[in-house]
Amino acid sequence: PHLTDPCPNPWGLRSCRMDVEVETTEAGASRKRRVHGMLKMYYGMNEEGKADQPDSADPCDINGQNFDPDVYLNKLRRECSLGELMDQEGCMVKQIRSLDSDMQTLVYENYNKFISATDTIRKMKNDFKKMEDEMDCLTTNMAAITEFSASISGTLQDQHTQITKLSGVHSLLRKLQFLFELPARLNKCVELQAYGQAVSAHGRARCVLQQYSHLPSFRGIQDDCLLIMDGLRLQLRQRFRDGGSSAKDLSECVELLLQLDEPAEELCDKFLNHAGARLHLDLTGLEAEIPPPPAPTDILEFMDRGCNEFVSSLCLVVTSYQELFVSHAPAGAPGDVPRMASAKLQVFVDELAGRYFSIVERRIQGERGVGDNSLLVRALDRFHRRLQAVSKLLPGSTVPARGTQIVVRAATERVQRYLEALKSFYLDTLTDVRQALAAPRLSVAGGPGGLTPGGGLPDLLASLSASILNQIKAVLASVHLFTAKDITFSNKPYFKGEFCSRGVREDLVVSFIQFICQSSRGFCDSPGDKGGATPPALLLLLSRLCLDYETSTISYILTLTDEQFLVQHHSPVTPVTVLCAEAREAAQRLLNHYVKVQGLIISQMLRKSVETRDWVNTIEPRNVRAVMKRVVEDTTSIDGQVGLLYEEGVRKAHSSDSSKRTFSVYSSSRPQPRYAASYTPSAPMDTNLLSNIHKLFSERIDIFSSVEFNKVSVMTGIIKISLKTFLECVRLRTFGRFGLQQVQVDCHYLQMYLWRFVSDENLAHFLLDEIVGSTAHRCLDPAPMEQSVIEVICERG
Amino acid sequence: MEDDAPVIYGLEFQARALTAQTAETDAIRFLVGTQSLKFDNQIHIIDFDDENNIINKNVLLHQAGEIWNIGASPADKAVLTTCYNKNIATCALCVCVCVCVCVCVCAAACDSRVVSCASVWRMPCDWETGSSHESPDDSAHNPQTLELLCHLNDSAHGNASSVLWEPMGDGKRVISLVDNHALLWDLQESSTQATVSSTVTLEGKGQLKFTVGKWSPHHNCSQLATANDTAIRGWDLRTMSQIYCIENAHGQLVRDLDFNPNRQYYLASCGDDCKVRFWDVRNVQEPVKSLEEHSHWVWSVRYNHSHDQLVLTASSDSRLILSNMVSISSEPFGQLVDDEELSDGEDAQPSDKVKEPLTDSVVSTYEEHEDSVYAAEWSTADPWLFASLSYDGRLVINRVPRALKYRILL
Repeated sequence: PHLTDPCPNPWGLRSCRMDVEVETTEAGASRKRRVHGMLKMYYGMNEEGKADQPDSADPCDINGQNFDPDVYLNKLRRECSLGELMDQEGCMVKQIRSLDSDMQTLVYENYNKFISATDTIRKMKNDFKKMEDEMDCLTTNMAAITEFSASISGTLQDQHTQITKLSGVHSLLRKLQFLFELPARLNKCVELQAYGQAVSAHGRARCVLQQYSHLPSFRGIQDDCLLIMDGLRLQLRQRFRDGGSSAKDLSECVELLLQLDEPAEELCDKFLNHAGARLHLDLTGLEAEIPPPPAPTDILEFMDRGCNEFVSSLCLVVTSYQELFVSHAPAGAPGDVPRMASAKLQVFVDELAGRYFSIVERRIQGERGVGDNSLLVRALDRFHRRLQAVSKLLPGSTVPARGTQIVVRAATERVQRYLEALKSFYLDTLTDVRQALAAPRLSVAGGPGGLTPGGGLPDLLASLSASILNQIKAVLASVHLFTAKDITFSNKPYFKGEFCSRGVREDLVVSFIQFICQSSRGFCDSPGDKGGATPPALLLLLSRLCLDYETSTISYILTLTDEQFLVQHHSPVTPVTVLCAEAREAAQRLLNHYVKVQGLIISQMLRKSVETRDWVNTIEPRNVRAVMKRVVEDTTSIDGQVGLLYEEGVRKAHSSDSSKRTFSVYSSSRPQPRYAASYTPSAPMDTNLLSNIHKLFSERIDIFSSVEFNKVSVMTGIIKISLKTFLECVRLRTFGRFGLQQVQVDCHYLQMYLWRFVSDENLAHFLLDEIVGSTAHRCLDPAPMEQSVIEVICERG
Repeated sequence: MEDDAPVIYGLEFQARALTAQTAETDAIRFLVGTQSLKFDNQIHIIDFDDENNIINKNVLLHQAGEIWNIGASPADKAVLTTCYNKNIATCALCVCVCVCVCVCVCAAACDSRVVSCASVWRMPCDWETGSSHESPDDSAHNPQTLELLCHLNDSAHGNASSVLWEPMGDGKRVISLVDNHALLWDLQESSTQATVSSTVTLEGKGQLKFTVGKWSPHHNCSQLATANDTAIRGWDLRTMSQIYCIENAHGQLVRDLDFNPNRQYYLASCGDDCKVRFWDVRNVQEPVKSLEEHSHWVWSVRYNHSHDQLVLTASSDSRLILSNMVSISSEPFGQLVDDEELSDGEDAQPSDKVKEPLTDSVVSTYEEHEDSVYAAEWSTADPWLFASLSYDGRLVINRVPRALKYRILL
């Protein structure tokens, strides 16, 4: 009502709406659809409710509701040129015309349909009237039929009852005949051992006999039957008791006995007892195969036998038992029989499985050799697979879980054993290396302890690390079998997660690396502390090995492990850096210990040489003492040894002729004023002045300090230790004139040869200087030797 | 809390021998013996004035020879023993003659030999007063001489390496270690006469030699510990028999020993393997504790006399290290503090947080020395003060850091 129709409609609103409804029922052509769409759009607002406000308020929208022709016209006139206006007009006229014709067609079509509908309705009215008459006729006929049928059934009633009675008597007679024949039939069945038939026949007759037992004839039959059945029962029991009968026979017996109303519980027990006895027999057979018999069967064969004999017959027993007592619960038995029966079965299976598992575990533990893991894995796989069958039979059973636990235990134990094997392999390899190190020493005559040239050191190192790596790889490959795809238990969560990360990575690989580091450290803390059992070359070798581990091998091994086992780190694992740090520390300690041991060996020589000599009454030096030559020789050979395994390292640059230059420093220029000062009693303090001033400008020397991983640092460490010992020993002695001169010669000799080994030659100079200085102090008659003479002696030596 | 700076005193000669004047309990006084082959050796009496941080010295001449070991009598302030080397040029001949004629000829042909002796000395009674009225220069130039009481020499034995006084005794008994013998001497008639009352001899292969010994202050002073090479041995002085032996106590030579003054079975040792080890002599298989702080041989180890957790070690790496070994001291480990604080109540609560339990640790490292430090001693008068002596003749007097001192005391 609030709408003002903008477009004058010649046919009125109502008729148009009707048209629309009619049209929607027809599957219209595309043109009609379009028209329909346009119309719907035009009337849409009306359909959806009067309250709906038009959303487009544009008065210029020719299809819109608020179309205002004046505005539209004005707009057109304003905006368009004459040509466009003309076009617009033509277009509009065309559209209006087509709309009009569409409308007309629609109205005509609908009109025709109305007319035909009116005709149809009129025709129907006539037809109904005729039908009413026919229906009345039908009703009367039906009433007559009913009457007739009632009379017929009344006449037939008597005969029918008679027939029924007769057929009843007949069946009764048949039954009676069956009853009378029953004892004979039963006897025959028993004779033929057709127990099944007998039992079913008796079962059929039993109720009847029971019911009519008050009649003497029936009573007789019943007594006969009972007698026969008792005999039958006895026979069945006999057969049941008889151990020789097969499982199938047994189950048949039990079935029959159950039908004979024997108590189910007793039968359960008996059945299980029987089965148990046979299974235990199997187990005893298995047990007999556990080592040590003279020739133990291999584990796969053992497992096969276990599976085939024990597990399969256990499955058979379980199946038949379940059929007998659980699923086919005997009719009329108390309701809790299946429950009782399955409880018994559970206990039975648990007990047997327990024994079986303990046997299997003993057998697995007997498998000590680490050679072929695949056999064990396959055996375990078979074991595990067969137990799955049990789990299918007995869904609630703990047996498969316990089986899996056994597999898990076996796997962890295996890993442990592999770790042990790796450790012992490592120790064996070390022993081999030791022997290899010791062997050439015998051939080199007079080679001092551990100072052999050791030409094979790099080879030894290479072979050592290669063999360890190979061993690790081999072990990883064997352990990897546990997680192979075709092994049933490999997809258990334990084997996917914990076994890989905890078991293999941590307990095997990481533990082994830690063991290497630990045992290496063990060499450093040998209680004797004198180098003792460990040859120095081994220390050096191990130190290099640990260093190599730190730089590359550890990360390589761990990456290898992670890749092979696809380790997903659920639990925190030892990171590579920690292991590397450990290895580095071990390497450092070993190298420090090496320096200490070698330094000690040289120190010991020097100390002995100083302590055992009477320095006061010695003769004029003509030679460098043999000890010094030994010291230089040993140092050179140590240098060679270290050079084989460690890089050169950096040293402070020195002049082209170091031996000469420094020689002048400590012997010619400095000692002179020092000795001169000591002759003047007025200024005794001067004695120390020079050396103190020297010390002020030199750094403090740490003798037993950590060394770096290079040759020069190692050699510097050894020489420092040796020279410091020399110094301390000299200070404890008193020297004569020639004693001092001998020390001078010795020191010069050392100077000539040792400077090349140390990182900072000034260090060696300083220490040698100290030695000569201290000797001069400890000298009763300090008259130093001529520099040229010293040089001549040393050159000659 | 600032710690007092160390006080340094320089001797003219090299020196190895240092001891506190044991009988002196009021003044802080140390005795230093010098080593010089060319000049008359001296004994420096170093008095330390704690309040003014000043050192007073007195010098006594020790003309017999260079001093390797010095020991002060526990009873008489003026009595001390020394071990010294004597250069015998010609006078040694008379000793040699009786031994062997050929040696005698040889000695006459060559020039000299060195013999180690041990003697008991008395300081001249007026050394203290003498220095007070004379000017210091005079006393340095004209030092008084020690008065010889007796020689601890036995012609049957060789070179003396050290002399031990009976701890806390009456100054009548000393032990001298001579080569492989330990001789127990009775000093009589105000120490002017000494007689050997018993001896212990170490038998074994090779040339065995006692390097150092220590007289235990426990068990009524009836035990002695000695070191030879790498082994430490304990001796019962009543029966003169060995009671325990720690084989391989150190990887190399054992340089020094000291008994814990409060725990009778505890013993500290140090040696050429740079380690300091603590032993319970009832278990000789393994040390109770082992320290490796020094970077060269450790020459001396000393327990503080009253607070046995404080251990002083001197090494030829020129360092002196003071360690706090709480875990093996006689003071209850981490318990005493708690008890006190429980009784103290709320007032102690704030300080409770400051005092975390003490652990074994190096208290401090003293680097004042430039040369090897061969001796270190605690003062007998002030338990917080100690002296150390390096080969170049530098004596350094140091104190325990105050923070630690207060932690131990409070």
